[in-house]
Amino acid sequence: MADPIRRRTLGARLARAVLYTVLLLAALFYLLPLAVMLITSLKPLAEITPGTLLSLPREPTLAPWAKAWGEACTGMRCEGVGVYFFNSIAIVVPAVLVSTIVGALNGYALTKWRFKGSELLFALMLFGCFIPFQVVLLPMAQTLGWLGLSSSRAGLILVHVIFGIAFTTLFFRNFYVAVPTELVSAAKLDGAGFFRIFWRILLPVSAPIVVVTVIWQFTQIWNDFLFGVAFSAHDTQPVTVALNNLVNTSTGVREYNVDMAAAMIAALPTLIVYVLAGKYFVRGLTAGSVKG
Amino acid sequence: MSLTSPAAQPAAASGSRRSHAGLLQAWLPKLVLAPSVAISLLFVYGFMLWTFILSLTNSRMLPSYEFVGFGQYARLMANDRWWVASTNLVLFGGLFVAICLVLGLLLAILLDQRIRQEGALRTVYLYPMALSFIVTGVVWKWLLNPGLGVQAMVRGWGFENFRFDWITDPDMAVYTLVIAAVWQASGFVMALFLAGLRGIDDSIVKAAQLDGASLPRIYWRVVIPCLRPVVFSAVMILSHIAIKSFDLVVALTGGGPGYASDLPATFMYAHAFTRAQIGLGSASAMLMLGGVLAILIPYLYSELRNRRHG
Repeated sequence: MADPIRRRTLGARLARAVLYTVLLLAALFYLLPLAVMLITSLKPLAEITPGTLLSLPREPTLAPWAKAWGEACTGMRCEGVGVYFFNSIAIVVPAVLVSTIVGALNGYALTKWRFKGSELLFALMLFGCFIPFQVVLLPMAQTLGWLGLSSSRAGLILVHVIFGIAFTTLFFRNFYVAVPTELVSAAKLDGAGFFRIFWRILLPVSAPIVVVTVIWQFTQIWNDFLFGVAFSAHDTQPVTVALNNLVNTSTGVREYNVDMAAAMIAALPTLIVYVLAGKYFVRGLTAGSVKG
Repeated sequence: MSLTSPAAQPAAASGSRRSHAGLLQAWLPKLVLAPSVAISLLFVYGFMLWTFILSLTNSRMLPSYEFVGFGQYARLMANDRWWVASTNLVLFGGLFVAICLVLGLLLAILLDQRIRQEGALRTVYLYPMALSFIVTGVVWKWLLNPGLGVQAMVRGWGFENFRFDWITDPDMAVYTLVIAAVWQASGFVMALFLAGLRGIDDSIVKAAQLDGASLPRIYWRVVIPCLRPVVFSAVMILSHIAIKSFDLVVALTGGGPGYASDLPATFMYAHAFTRAQIGLGSASAMLMLGGVLAILIPYLYSELRNRRHG
């Protein structure tokens, strides 16, 4: 009697062990590149030799980070990626703020003030989430030129706002659709206006979707490369473009430790956001994609 | 005046004010939406049309408006590099989508077995999605570097004949894109599937268990069919990522060796921005749009149909 039960638990235990092994191996696969990137960025150049990919630095040094930040050559200039890091911040902050505010108002108007054709307008705007941006690059370049915004940070902010609105509107619209309309109707009967209702009723319950949207937009714009490379010049480049230039600048010895440090610098802001607010990051990914 | 008038007057005044305000209120939502709609019409639809028009001209360095009909499309069809890029997209996209789905589903099912530290594992699987494709490309370029990366490491372990130099091999370079892209996006697919699994009604699974079905059988016959909508969305998102893949190629292989690992997105950029072939670049951008629409329209169609039936 006892035997089959014990064998089953033994089998179950074995299955559990296999299960955990597979899961841990998978975790290793995902972690390995980050670990190698970090390890390499802390090694002096002399320690970067064939076969030492995974060995820990014998004499850990922050010199590659300092060089990546302030001295490494990105194309013609040798001032590191630090300047471009701040470019990215200067582009991301206003672009995220504006696109989030516009998206919130759009989502509110589309759900709580429906009018004839509002669903159609939403569908019309939604299409902007799906186009491959290659299809707008050339006209955008020309338009930025006419506006006098070629190769400027303001131009990049404008581009990110324009092509971010479709996503932010989608996020807020899908969120506000689920907010009960009774309160809004009652407030309308009491004579409360458009902005008052938004401010008093919708905004106080919007914290989760604001976080999701801000994180989504932040990640998208920080990680953008296509618009950055197409519409920026040397001194207005975002950090992704600078990183790519740094890695592809071939002057003398390839300093892989500096490359990796620069990659870490470019990756850290979004990584930190992900670690701190992973739940909202995932929600944004799934809301932005599944419901789209 | 009587007692009623002071009370009545403000009421009447506020009544007329309310109707003015009411008129404004009726227009406010539309006014708020107007700029976004205008932006969408101009910068999405207008620009698409503009790119289409450019694709019908002989524009080279600068846009010109001398129309050559569909000549640029004909040139594109005769262009070897475009065929390499398109074939690569089919190869890369197909493998990327398939591997992400299998790996994502497998990890989601395994994670759904009441695992300790599930949250930590999920975080680890998903973090690459927070990175820029440029960062991913730079890291994997380093890992795939035959002289210093994985190949050298495994040789160092004593396997002298181990070869993993795909990144320098014109026939294999496109597969390095698959590796890096799968690394980046498969955790995300896992998250989609996990959410799907958690949404399945337990009673269905319990009923199958009572019928004596084995666990793998339950998954294959009962659970996975329930995930069909998730598979559908995942395929749609992943193929979208594949068609738009640009940064990853630039950072990982640079389209090389030669143009062996070009994708349409890099082809478009190279021709429109560095090779002074605006007409040809526009034509390739329009074909990319066509590719996205070919995936999007069936998806939207079925979504709308489901919504109507549901």
